[in-house]
Amino acid sequence: MSGSLNLLIGLVIGLNLLALGSSRLPALIRAMSLQGVVLGMTPLLMEYERLDWRLVLVALATMAGKGLLIPSLLRRAMRAANIEREIEPFIGFVPSLLLGAGGTIAALALARALPLLPEHTGTLLVPGAIASMFTGFILLIGRAKAISQVCGYLILENGIYLFGLLLIHSTPLLVESGILLDVTVGVFIIGIIVDRIQRAFDTLDTRKLTTLRE
Amino acid sequence: MIPISDFILRLGWWLLLAPLLPGIINKVKAWVAGRRGPPVLQLYHDLAKLWRKGVVLSTLASPGFVIAPAVAWAALAGAALLTPLGPLGGCLSFRGDVLLLIYLLALARFCTAWAAMETGSAFEGMGAAREVSYAVLTEAAIIAAVLSLSVQTSSVTLVTMLSPSAGAGAALLAAGLFTVLLAENCRVPFDDPNTHLELTMIHEAMILDHSGPPLAAILHGASLKLLLFSVLLVQAVLPMGQLSPPAAAGALAAGVLIVTVGVGLVESLLARLAFRRVPLLLTTAFLLCVFALLVAWKEGAK
Repeated sequence: MSGSLNLLIGLVIGLNLLALGSSRLPALIRAMSLQGVVLGMTPLLMEYERLDWRLVLVALATMAGKGLLIPSLLRRAMRAANIEREIEPFIGFVPSLLLGAGGTIAALALARALPLLPEHTGTLLVPGAIASMFTGFILLIGRAKAISQVCGYLILENGIYLFGLLLIHSTPLLVESGILLDVTVGVFIIGIIVDRIQRAFDTLDTRKLTTLRE
Repeated sequence: MIPISDFILRLGWWLLLAPLLPGIINKVKAWVAGRRGPPVLQLYHDLAKLWRKGVVLSTLASPGFVIAPAVAWAALAGAALLTPLGPLGGCLSFRGDVLLLIYLLALARFCTAWAAMETGSAFEGMGAAREVSYAVLTEAAIIAAVLSLSVQTSSVTLVTMLSPSAGAGAALLAAGLFTVLLAENCRVPFDDPNTHLELTMIHEAMILDHSGPPLAAILHGASLKLLLFSVLLVQAVLPMGQLSPPAAAGALAAGVLIVTVGVGLVESLLARLAFRRVPLLLTTAFLLCVFALLVAWKEGAK
């Protein structure tokens, strides 16, 4: 069980690096949505002996929300704002890849030093969560386009979700679904804002937003 | 000690089989494109033809123009002799031979770049500069891969390093080493061996002014390097030590064939990358090998 769980989280870490290295927006959105689907499968794999309907519901909702709904909202925002597909990085692709890999290795070392419960020590849950959050931060800081920053925020949220899986038994369904709803509504609103930014400034480059206009 | 006949026989096998691989790759490419393609043995005919031809020497070139390809060829043949062949084991095996292997490959690259710059042609200098700058990244990946194998088996001898499989990191290592193989042998996502445009060439630009036997040595050395890398890749990934000798020999031959066909398929299905994208792919290969190292290190710590 721990082996297949680690394989899934290894996939999540690989998708982090793919998101850091991808130079086009659709590829970034695809990596992020695939990561959401993989994360949705994780609780099913963790608790496959003690499955109950609430867990299955949360897993299905996560997969549908992060894998289908949010990416389609982002793609629609991209189409509506009619933006270029190239990502403009502040931090280049090679440096951000190396940073992400360094962060992943640091997360592995850090998780070894943390006092974890014995059932969590063998798994990659904690390092995977920290690495995803770090990747999200790099994308938030290092990309100029608003949509790629949204993807960074969503990868950051994926990391927090992975961290929350440690408490899978004590988190009520309401909290899980509330977070998922928040994220979806957030992306929905960001889609509208992106459209407005595009109309007002003729660009989605967030560097231009620092200058005041009448 | 090893009998001298075994030594010669093994060298003969390496030298004889190496030009087969580019022929197979070209056949796969022709097959995917729906052409008949050149015969599989085409490179043998080319080498025989080049060997009979004379050498055109530039008045600028020093004797290094002829010596360097010979040294490069000898270094690659030496590296081939160091490489263990599945059930047969290594021919020359000693502690730390993997370091000698890496340095022999580096020596071969240095000599090709040296010979390229001897004529003073701008194109060849450009090709050499590109080759060497890609090599910086591929060498980092090779060293990470060697470290991961060495951490896993706690040994620095090629025979023991390559006999078990790389465990959970095998897939990472396979992907990383395959990318390195493509970059080191100037195959498609990095370089196009069939290109006729000097500005986009890498390896081909380096050998533009060579002719006759030195060119034959360079071409044969390149095919030897391809065979060497595919043999190393197959042995690093497959658990050679756990199979019976005939099965291991069969697995090695089949693995090399699969790698060769894979190179041909990659070459037919992918376009070459823009130069500015290449470092990203090579960094990815390096990171794959680093993560394989991490997996090996974690398994060792348990």
